Amino acid sequence: MSVFIDKNTRLLVQGITGSEGQFHTRSCIAYGTNVVAGVTPGKGGQKMDDVPIYNGVKAAKKASDANASMILVPPPFAADAIMEAADAGIELVVCITEGIPVMDMMRVKNYLATKNTRLIGPNCPGLMTPGQCKIGIMPNTMGKGGGPVGVVSRSGTLTYEVVHQLSQVGLGQSTCIGIGGDPINGTNFLDCLAAFNADPETKAVVMVGEIGGNAEEDACDYIKANIDMPVVGFIAGLTAPPGRRMGHAGAIVSGGKGTAEAKIEAMKASGVHHCENLGKIGELCKKVF
Amino acid sequence: MKVHEYQAKELFRKFNVPTPNGKVAYTTEEVEKIADEFGLPVVVKAQVHAGGRGKGGGVKLARTKEEVKEVADSIIGMTLVTKQTGAEGKKVNKVLVEQGVSIKKELYLSIIPDRETASVAIVCSQDGGMDIEDVAEKTPERIITVSVSPATGIQPFHLRQVCFGLELPKELMKKMSALVKNLYECFVAYDCSMLEINPLIITEEDDIIALDAKIDVDGNSMFRHPDVKEMHDPDEEDPIELEASQYGLNYINLDGNVGNIVNGAGLAMATMDIVKMAGASPANFLDVGGGANAEAIENGFRLIMSDPSVKGILINVFGGILRCDILAQGVVQAATKLKLSVPVVVRMEGTNVEEGRKILADSGLELINAVDLADAAEKVAKIVA
Ligand SMILES: Nc1ncnc2c1ncn2[C@@H]1O[C@H](COP(=O)(O)OP(=O)(O)OP(=O)(O)O)[C@@H](O)[C@H]1O
Ligand SMILES: [Mg+2]
Repeated sequence: MSVFIDKNTRLLVQGITGSEGQFHTRSCIAYGTNVVAGVTPGKGGQKMDDVPIYNGVKAAKKASDANASMILVPPPFAADAIMEAADAGIELVVCITEGIPVMDMMRVKNYLATKNTRLIGPNCPGLMTPGQCKIGIMPNTMGKGGGPVGVVSRSGTLTYEVVHQLSQVGLGQSTCIGIGGDPINGTNFLDCLAAFNADPETKAVVMVGEIGGNAEEDACDYIKANIDMPVVGFIAGLTAPPGRRMGHAGAIVSGGKGTAEAKIEAMKASGVHHCENLGKIGELCKKVF
Repeated sequence: MKVHEYQAKELFRKFNVPTPNGKVAYTTEEVEKIADEFGLPVVVKAQVHAGGRGKGGGVKLARTKEEVKEVADSIIGMTLVTKQTGAEGKKVNKVLVEQGVSIKKELYLSIIPDRETASVAIVCSQDGGMDIEDVAEKTPERIITVSVSPATGIQPFHLRQVCFGLELPKELMKKMSALVKNLYECFVAYDCSMLEINPLIITEEDDIIALDAKIDVDGNSMFRHPDVKEMHDPDEEDPIELEASQYGLNYINLDGNVGNIVNGAGLAMATMDIVKMAGASPANFLDVGGGANAEAIENGFRLIMSDPSVKGILINVFGGILRCDILAQGVVQAATKLKLSVPVVVRMEGTNVEEGRKILADSGLELINAVDLADAAEKVAKIVA
C-alpha cells in the first residue's frame, strides 16, 4: 500500500514538449510510471516518444483516462495549467514549477476549494512510491520500496538526504512526498500525515520542515490528537537570519513568526521525536521505529 | 523586490491614493530648489530600503531656508543606522523632499498576503506613527485585521470593517473607503508581498494622505511588471548577492567564516545549521539549484572567494539527476581554474558517488573528502577553528 500514487496511477504531463517536460517524462517512464498522455496547446496529434499529445487536459483525459497530472510549464502559465487540470477533473495534480507568483497561487487555492482535486506543490520535487510510481523530478536511484516509513518534506534535496539515510539503515519507504517550498501550496504536512495514518502499510513517518509559516505547528496539533505511530521530525533554518527568504519563497521568518525554534517546540510538545543533527536522522529513525 | 518610498508613492498615485507633493533630490542645491518651489516647511526623507529612518535621523522637517540647507547637508551622504540596517548602516544617496502637511491624527495601515488562508489581509490601527510591533505587543486589541478573499475581491463590508474598526468620524468614512479600495487594487495589480503606510494621516483639513509608503513586490511576478523591474536600485544590495543573482544563484551573505555551496534550499539551510552545530559559523547561504551543474559550482566558488572572511569551504551536493562523477569533474576544474586559497571539504552523495570521490582524490588538489554530512561539518569546523 501507499498514499496518493501506486502502480495503477495513469499520468498525463502538462508541458510535455518543453525540454524539462521531455527529460522528466522520460525519467518517469524509465522508473515505471504509466505515462498515458501529454498536453501542449497547439501540438495536439503529435507524439513525444510514444506518448500521444493533446491540445488540452479535457481532451487528454477523455482519450487516456488519466487520473494524475504532472505540470512542468513555466511560471507565468503554471497557475492556469493547474486550474485547467482541476477543471478537467484530474484527481491528483503535481506542480513542479518554481516561481509562480503568490497572487496566482491564491487564486488557484480558492478555485481548488470548489473542486475535488488534490494539488501537490508547486515548487516541489513531486512524489514517489518506491518500486511502483514516480511523479516528479526525484532521482530514480532514490528510495527503497515496500517499507514502513512515510516521508513528507518541504524541500527536494532534503527529501533525498533523508530517504538516502533511511535506505542506508535498512528502512524502506511507503511513499515519499515533497510538498514544496512555496508559501501557498496545495497539500500540506497535515494532509499527508492524515493519509499516512489511514494507510495500513505506513507505520512511521519522517516529517522534514523548515522556517516560515505554521504548517509544521498545525501538523503537530494533528499528530498530538490523532496519530499513534512514531513520527521523527527535522526543521531546517535555525541559523537563518530573520526577514530573508532562504531560497524557497516560503522559507522566511517575518515579524518573529515562522521560527525554527517555535516549530521545534511544537514538535517536542506533540511527542514528535525531534532530530537535531540532520547527519544522524537515519540512525535516529532506526532507533525510534 | 523592495522599492523606495518615492517609487511606492508613484504607484500609489496611479491608483489615486493621495500622497504629499514630493520630488527626489541628490544634492543640497536640488533640495533648496524644490523647497523654493513647494514653499516652507518641507520634509527631507532619506531614500534607503530600511525602516526606522526617522529615529535614525534620516527624516527631518525644515521650517526655514537655513534649516533646509542644514537638513539636506546632514542627510545626503550620511550613513544612516537604524534597527533594520545593522550597525554598518546604509549610505544615503538620495532624498525625497515633500511639502509639509498639518497632521491631526496618525493611523497605521498595511496589506499583506496571508499564506495560511490564501487571502489578502488588511491590517490597520488607530495608533499610527509608532512601531507597529510595539502596538501589537502592548495593545493587540487596537490592531484590526480584515481578510479579503481574492475570489471576491474587496467588498463594501470589508471597508466598513476597516472604517468602524478605526473608529473614524462618519464624515471621513467615504474618503477612507475609497482610499482602502484603491490600495487593495494597487496591491493586487502589482503583486505586492507587502504594502505598508505608517503613518496614514488625517490632516487638519480632513484629508487622508499616505505620508509614508513601503512596497515589496513579489520577485516571482517581475515578468508582468517591467515598470517595477526598472525601479530596482543596485545600491541597495549586497554586491556579492547582486552578482549571485546575475548568475541565477541564490546567495545570502552571513557573518561567519565557513563558505557553503549546496544544491537545494532546504539542504543549504540544514548545512548552515549543522556547521553551526559543529562549532563553526556559516559565511553564507548558497543554493546552486537542485540540479546543480559544474558552471554553477564554479560561480559559487567565485562568489565565496570574494568574501575575505571565508577560511574554509564546504561543498555539500546531493547528486540525483546530476551524477557525482560529473560534479566532481566540475569541482576539480573550477578549483584549478580559480586557484582556491582556502581548504575545501567536499561531501557528495548520490548517483556514481564512488567514481566522484576517486576523481577528487586523484586531482592532487587540497580537496578533503567527507563521508557524510556530520563528518563534513566536523572537518570544516576543525579547519576554521
Ligand atoms: N510631509 C510631511 N509633513 C509633515 N510631517 C511629516 C511629513 N512626512 C513625514 N512626517 C513626519 O515624520 C514622521 C516620520 O516619517 P516616516 O513615517 O515617513 O518615516 P519613518 O517611519 O521614521 O521611517 P520608516 O518608514 O523608514 O520607518 C512621520 O510620522 C510624520 O510625523
Ligand atoms: Mg514610517
